[in-house]
Amino acid sequence: MEIAVETLAAALLGLFTAGYLVLGGADLGVCMLLPRLGRDADERRTVLAAIAPFFLGNEVWLIAAAGVFVGCFPALEGEVFSGQSAVLVPLLAGWIVRDAGLWWRGRAPWRAWRALCDGMVVAGSWTAALAWGWLLAGLLTGEPSEPAAGPAAVLTSLGVAALFAVHGSAFAALRLTGGLRRRARLPAGRAGERSTFALTALAMAVLPIAAGVRLPLAESAAGGQVLGLLVPAVLAVVPLPMAAQVWLWLTFRGRVTGPSYL
Amino acid sequence: MDGTGALDLARWQFALTAAAHFLFVSLTLGLATVVTAVQTWAVLRRGSGGDGGRDAAVRARMVRFWGQLYVVNYAVGIVTGIVMEFQFGLAWSGLGHYAGDVLGASLAMETIVAFFVESTFLGLWIFGWNRFGPRLHCALLWVVTGTAYLSAYWILVANGFLNHPVGYARTAHGIELADAPAVLANPSTLLAFGHIAGGALLTAAFFVAGISAYHLRRRGTSSPSGADTELFRRSLRIGVFLAPPALLWTAASGGLQLSAIAGHQPMKSAVWQAETAEIARLQAELVERFGPGDYVPSQGLVRGAALLMLGAFALMLYASAGSALLACFRRAVLRFRGWHVLLMALVPLPYVAMTAGWVFREAGRQPWVVYGLLRTEDALSDVSAGGMRVSLAVFTTLFALLLAVNWWLLLRTARRGPGAVALGEPEGPGEEEWDEREPGDGPPAGRGIGPVPAY
Repeated sequence: MEIAVETLAAALLGLFTAGYLVLGGADLGVCMLLPRLGRDADERRTVLAAIAPFFLGNEVWLIAAAGVFVGCFPALEGEVFSGQSAVLVPLLAGWIVRDAGLWWRGRAPWRAWRALCDGMVVAGSWTAALAWGWLLAGLLTGEPSEPAAGPAAVLTSLGVAALFAVHGSAFAALRLTGGLRRRARLPAGRAGERSTFALTALAMAVLPIAAGVRLPLAESAAGGQVLGLLVPAVLAVVPLPMAAQVWLWLTFRGRVTGPSYL
Repeated sequence: MDGTGALDLARWQFALTAAAHFLFVSLTLGLATVVTAVQTWAVLRRGSGGDGGRDAAVRARMVRFWGQLYVVNYAVGIVTGIVMEFQFGLAWSGLGHYAGDVLGASLAMETIVAFFVESTFLGLWIFGWNRFGPRLHCALLWVVTGTAYLSAYWILVANGFLNHPVGYARTAHGIELADAPAVLANPSTLLAFGHIAGGALLTAAFFVAGISAYHLRRRGTSSPSGADTELFRRSLRIGVFLAPPALLWTAASGGLQLSAIAGHQPMKSAVWQAETAEIARLQAELVERFGPGDYVPSQGLVRGAALLMLGAFALMLYASAGSALLACFRRAVLRFRGWHVLLMALVPLPYVAMTAGWVFREAGRQPWVVYGLLRTEDALSDVSAGGMRVSLAVFTTLFALLLAVNWWLLLRTARRGPGAVALGEPEGPGEEEWDEREPGDGPPAGRGIGPVPAY
């Protein structure tokens, strides 16, 4: 049986987007709940240590997804990105502000500086999560080139942001110990953090796939020569970063008890 | 779309984003190379050197100090790069429609083949400092630096194509890839890659020399410890001796580019050499070929940028030749304070040259976004001037803040010296909090040569 190269390209796009939402969604969710999980500056630093080694490797999934999008579906990428610019500008701005807050927090000692950086982390994460919900709402309506509007869009946006938060909370419970872990477990309730995390991860993976099948991907793929080169090249190379990611997760799999570089 | 308003705003947004990103990239790429070399040297000479392991400690502190500055700069560079990647679709969807087949593929390769690997390994390098053996830890940085160059190459495949399109075939809607090897070996890509790699090393060389000079000049007044004097003496020599070869390499590849431009983009060449008759002749020729329009790029911008780049080059040439001579004398390295001040003052110069060179390359290509194929105005997305104004305001403000805070943090970290570096700290509970050992300046007592890590 021969699989069309467009199908493989769409599968790669789905893989990277779902990978980002599952992995990057977890660190974004932890950052959204930072004030709840960590009551003082030191506790918050420990909470951030739970995501510290991963968040850089997590967000490249989204960058890879954008790369596959522009490489394999350039015309559709342009249409969706320019059409959704009202959603993507806050998404990117939130992402930038959060990352700057994370990287800068530990670089100066003052209380006010850390509070400012914590504020950037929390505000940036909420902005990005809400914008993600808004973007997914737009893609799910089947009108990908304009931002979703109306109460359904607002509800989707809030729902997705809540999903990010619960996902992050379960992740924090899996990574932390003691009182911090107990606080992170609260939204998970009786279900326990493992099953909660499995459920939220599944939801995170299903969302972009559901949005993706509504995009006219097959009709807007790049030329055969490009796909014929790009898709096999990506498939050949991708085991290396994947293996590196697995190594990263295995290296830092232990629970976090103290601060890290951030 | 309301006409030229949105076009100008989109052009400003892209130019400012690219320029800001470039300020980070030039230092990141060069400094990664320097840190990789220093760490490799530290690992290879592990266990050797006299003075009860003091040499090894100095080398380990060098890796952490320059590595810390590299990480501070890299982190903010990433986020500016993210905006770049998304901007192609946000503001220039016409480019994706017309040439996405070629450009999109190279951007995709950049993200997956290079950046994905780079970020994952950088995470391992930063956070796994004390978890891996020294050889493995050093190998991680080799992967980071190698993929950083790979990343630069793929971006320049896209940019080289915009400047000198090759290996494509026309279709009903635009162009498609016809000859991948031609695109990958585009002279406009390869020459620019060599030129920028040299420029990045030059930026790092002046940066390392300038910061080392600052600390050596302060020696004796608010003295760094003896170990730090040795650290900065060595670092200054690394920077000063790296500068001349990097400069010559950059100049040579730049010279090759100038002669290539005469063939690829005769108009840019004519404008930069102010050949009025030739400009008029080319303009008439292009009108005949492509229909009415203004095919002359902004002459002031192109010529001014080229002159600025060459002026900076001349200054750097004299400064680095003289500095390389002086650095042969130990006394001068430790005590020549006037020279220290000069080295500090020269740190911005490679940035000036890099940015001016970029303006020369990109402004000189106008009015084309894909040279001879697609005009910039035709590549614009269907966005309103109002929407473009908002995103320009948001990103310009953010980037200005990012640049300002980045440089404040870089200088603060540099000024505080190796004693206050957080990168590579032993981790885990029971460690003293970082901010508890932050007295005014210099390393606290008892930390003279710092913790001696694995190598």
